[in-house]
Amino acid sequence: MTPNGLFQIALFCAVLLLSVKPLGAYMARVFEGERTLLSPALSPLENGLYKLFGVSKDDDQTWVQYAFSLLAFSLVGLLLTYVFLRLQGMLPFNPQGYGARQMPADLAFNTSASFTTNTNWQSYAPDYTLSYFSNMVALAIHNWMSAAAGMAVAIALVRGIARRNANGIGNFWVDATRSILYILAPICLVYALFLVAQGVPQNFSAYTQVTTLEGTKQTLAQGPVASQEAIKMLGTNGGGFFNANSAHPFENPTPLTNLIQMLSIFLIPAALTYTFGKMVGNTKQGWALLGAMFALFIIGAGVCYNAEAAGNPLVHALGVPGGNMEGKETRFGIANSALFAVVTTDASCGAVNAMHDSFTPIGGLVPLLNILSGECIFGGVGAGLYGMLMFAILAVFIAGLMVGRTPEYIGKKIEGYEVKMAMLAVLVLAASILGFAALGANGNLPTDGKTTLAALNQFPATAYGSASDTFYGATYNNINNSGPHGLSEILYAFTSATGNNGSAFAGITANTPFYNVTLGLAMLVGRFLMIIPLLAIAGSLAKKKYTPSNKGTFPTDSGTFVAVLCGTIVIVGALTYFPVLALGPVVEHYLMNAGKTF
Amino acid sequence: MKPKNSVSLFDGPIVRRALSDALKKLDPRAVAKNPVMFVVYVGSIVTTYLFLKDLFGQMGNALFTGQISLWLWFTVLFANFAEAIAEGRGKAQADTLRKAKTQSNARRLISGTEEVVAASELRKGDLVVCEAGDGIPGDGEVIEGVAAVDESAITGESAPVIRESGGDRSAVTGGTKVLSDRIVIRITQNPGESFLDRMIALVEGAQRQKTPNEIALSILLSGLTIVFLLAVVTLLPFANYSIRSAGQGAVPTIPVLVALLVCLIPTTIGGLLSAIGIAGMDRVMQHNVLAMSGKAVEAAGDINTLLLDKTGTITYGNRQAAEFAPMPGVSDREIAEAAQLSSLADETPEGRSILVLAKEKYGLSERDQSSISGADWIEFTAQTRMSGVDFSGQSVRKGAGDSVKKWVESHGGSVPPEFDAQVTRISQIGGTPLGVASGDRILGVIYLKDVVKTGMKERFDALRAMGIRTVMITGDNPLTAKSIAGEAGVDDFLAQATPEDKMQLIKKEQADGKLVAMTGDGTNDAPALAQADVGVAMNTGTQAAKEAGNMVDLDSNPTKLIEVVEIGKGLLMTRGALTTFSIANDVAKYFAIIPAMFVATFPQLQKLNFIGLSNAQSAILSAVIFNALIIVALIPLALKGVPYKPMSAAKTLRRNLLIYGVGGLIVPFPCIWVLDKMLVLLHLA
Repeated sequence: MTPNGLFQIALFCAVLLLSVKPLGAYMARVFEGERTLLSPALSPLENGLYKLFGVSKDDDQTWVQYAFSLLAFSLVGLLLTYVFLRLQGMLPFNPQGYGARQMPADLAFNTSASFTTNTNWQSYAPDYTLSYFSNMVALAIHNWMSAAAGMAVAIALVRGIARRNANGIGNFWVDATRSILYILAPICLVYALFLVAQGVPQNFSAYTQVTTLEGTKQTLAQGPVASQEAIKMLGTNGGGFFNANSAHPFENPTPLTNLIQMLSIFLIPAALTYTFGKMVGNTKQGWALLGAMFALFIIGAGVCYNAEAAGNPLVHALGVPGGNMEGKETRFGIANSALFAVVTTDASCGAVNAMHDSFTPIGGLVPLLNILSGECIFGGVGAGLYGMLMFAILAVFIAGLMVGRTPEYIGKKIEGYEVKMAMLAVLVLAASILGFAALGANGNLPTDGKTTLAALNQFPATAYGSASDTFYGATYNNINNSGPHGLSEILYAFTSATGNNGSAFAGITANTPFYNVTLGLAMLVGRFLMIIPLLAIAGSLAKKKYTPSNKGTFPTDSGTFVAVLCGTIVIVGALTYFPVLALGPVVEHYLMNAGKTF
Repeated sequence: MKPKNSVSLFDGPIVRRALSDALKKLDPRAVAKNPVMFVVYVGSIVTTYLFLKDLFGQMGNALFTGQISLWLWFTVLFANFAEAIAEGRGKAQADTLRKAKTQSNARRLISGTEEVVAASELRKGDLVVCEAGDGIPGDGEVIEGVAAVDESAITGESAPVIRESGGDRSAVTGGTKVLSDRIVIRITQNPGESFLDRMIALVEGAQRQKTPNEIALSILLSGLTIVFLLAVVTLLPFANYSIRSAGQGAVPTIPVLVALLVCLIPTTIGGLLSAIGIAGMDRVMQHNVLAMSGKAVEAAGDINTLLLDKTGTITYGNRQAAEFAPMPGVSDREIAEAAQLSSLADETPEGRSILVLAKEKYGLSERDQSSISGADWIEFTAQTRMSGVDFSGQSVRKGAGDSVKKWVESHGGSVPPEFDAQVTRISQIGGTPLGVASGDRILGVIYLKDVVKTGMKERFDALRAMGIRTVMITGDNPLTAKSIAGEAGVDDFLAQATPEDKMQLIKKEQADGKLVAMTGDGTNDAPALAQADVGVAMNTGTQAAKEAGNMVDLDSNPTKLIEVVEIGKGLLMTRGALTTFSIANDVAKYFAIIPAMFVATFPQLQKLNFIGLSNAQSAILSAVIFNALIIVALIPLALKGVPYKPMSAAKTLRRNLLIYGVGGLIVPFPCIWVLDKMLVLLHLA
């Protein structure tokens, strides 16, 4: 670790923390329907939209109605994207002439599930697969919609905690509209212009053929990159315009854009904690959640940076000293790659500026653990807050009993129903990650291309413009590496999908029907089977009366609570996944030290 | 307070009975009620089958499988034993209570004539006669007569109590015994619904229902069990993958996977959960309080506001003389002597307290009526509101201020202005002023003080530390109430309170989201008792009050509520502490079992075995044995409960987190290490 590297991490933290209060307070005003600086410009547009779609602004929804609206909204989005992707050949803005051949049914399902759920896992290489229309309409629209939906759910849960003896938890359409109009759009506008100024392309040109100095032909991809880049980061989407994502110089050209990109991932999730505190009437409650997020983040960043900076002893033995630079952009170096990896996996962004697959075992364990923790360390926009609140409810329940009272969280009693729903969410995540990964690690399929079963693990030739399809056979053959590292690759894929992160450990060829479908299902399960129980909690908490706190109440705005919350997240995560992690990155670390790599 | 009815935790007969009950509870229907233990139960059956297969098939490792199986059975049995021993004390008590039900005949009164019928034939509304020596055949109300009743069968208190018709002392309980006089009782309960029947059912735990909090915790534990089931079931395919890619090792056998599962699921709290609940109810019972449901005990732990009657709860029932305030020109000794003389004929506690004050503070020698011959004693009456004595031309009186004033004026004396000043002063500080006069002279004022029970202030401070607000309820005027409230250290008071005011206060507090507890005994308390979240009725109270409350204090001691609150809190704390401990234990068990499972595939995983367990089998076995023995080791804690110390929630949490959280992380490591060494020493692994 270098002083320069540590300074950059410290700078990142300082700017982040300074942004929390102003943005958080602004968002609280937005969601409470109060006037803001932007109201004069935006409220006519907002009201116009409500009129257009027949939404009554004051229509308070019960949690069931709220969930139904969200599911309908997501389902329509999912189907539209699927249709657009399949038909991209007939749609405009397609200078490369990509069609359904590049976007088969399983990939289209995976991709539409991925973008609908804010995962933005990309089984395909976008530059070889997607038309500009697919990128800008079919996919980019979800960058906005899924982020808005996440924020809406978080705000609904916050309302459930804040309201007393109430039936409703707000209106989904209003919350989603306000998220986009007042929060995402204004920031993205400024952000995209900044990126253009830094040299990120924004055009509709066909790819440029250039002759390099060496005399070889090279194709330079073009496109409306800056606009997508902004919402990709701010909405914790992570789906890159290019396959190389934020490691690509057109997506992330300068050290400054790199810093701003990292900040923009955490910006909204961090500020939402303040919004939460403001809305429940005690900002200390928000700071406590932020404290837990920040503690877990900084520990992860420290471990990851340390592991990467220490490097690989086997490489050192070859006379190459220094940290692990494999799979990293020399433009960013170790500190910024490690920090980016931790940020993008803490938040469910999934954008990458380095290959997580090439990290040292411990360096790669950190991103994996971050996602396994249920994407609550800052997490996705909205998703992070509601994930953290789910753990807060569990932490309050277990530890709260120890003070000798029925556990309460911000004046609301946590009882059987809330525990049941929170456990359901935890269970669903664990079942999806462990179940699908176990399947992936053992799926014995034939390699004979003529059978239907073999087609399940068939990698299409079109994906990279290669000559013929590849039949992998067994599902554990899709990985580039054997041994524990291969297990990590499979585990990471399903963890990333279930956690709606979308980053790839890479090293796994996921563009086959088996992986496309299982990963797509994992994303849907991880998103909606977590949201529904949490909305149910919101509905149940809203109905409860408020119990004033006193000295006998477990204080949830204290340092002790932060520690209890971190402990709950780590223990629930660690206990569930310890066995598989022991067989993956942990044993790989010991093997590496013993001189064996994969 | 030392609990009554206390039987040692591990009383010989109770333990013997619990041991046989633990075996009876192996009935699958009984185990199925507890999802966590049911998983262990199924694991025991599976490993037993595998053991037999190993043994007769000469395959596998029968010694290892057999030991795993044995310890899994022990795990289930230990949990059953914990529950059985928690029930044991209640069962013993129920047996004692049943003896009180031996009463078989009753003297039923039908239109003036008695007939002897079986007690079981009595129905609501029947009239029965009981005379000295008769057992009272059922719950009822005295409608005629007064009697001394021995209620020791129920309360354990041997001193007889008075029961009389009318008023708040009319309720009698079936199974108690009339010691003197004759009373007529109207039966108020049908057979099988009597207080004694309910009490037997309650102490036996026959009708025990899971409390809301216990249900929530069961859900959490079941959820964790499923999560760990997932982790263990998927471990098999992951192991398959690892072995395939490493080219060595073998997949974990079923007994090993079952062992891992049982070690991970929260068996410690799962096995002790019902014992904790039963023991909590039992602890309430040991304080001689009968809780109608576990829910009420749990609610007691959540109380925000405590309503306490002033008289008898916060203050001793009687006022006591605290000071003699002489008028100008009157010596202390003069007023003390007059006060003493005028009180010799006053048999009320206040009168006697004046004699005590005169003797102790003013050094007068003790006198009684016989020491003055030829005296004419004037006793206190409600009409004159004075007592005193006339002897050898002297006439002394003491009594209510205005009565004494009138009396002096009628003797031609005048009232000095200082008198009214003293009367006002004493009233303002919450006391009762009594005038003392001799002939035509007013000598001074006696200050009767409402004496706050010793130790109350500390108890209220303790309550405040746990976040409970106490409100004193009194019929006194606001001035007096305020003064006593200040002295007792309560947070608030309700003066000149009517039953309706009390009801209003409860409803207002509840509307603010607070839980309210109160005690009461009169019929007019019944609506408030029913409204309160925790209503403790005094056993001496009316039937209506006892029916309305959700607890009955057999000792009729209103301060008992504070202990009930502490028990309620202790109950929740015990559950939370053992849950935390149980989950924290898993960390050590992982470090014992995971390396042992995979060391053949990845020898490097031996690095995780940093506590240095001897071999794979001994590591797994010692984790399983620890898992079983920790249940036994924690039975005393589960039964006694985590002691509740009044302090803020933040402090309590830090303390318990340190003991049960951090302790739970550390304790298993040395224990598993010792077990491992012992197994190797005994050649068991």
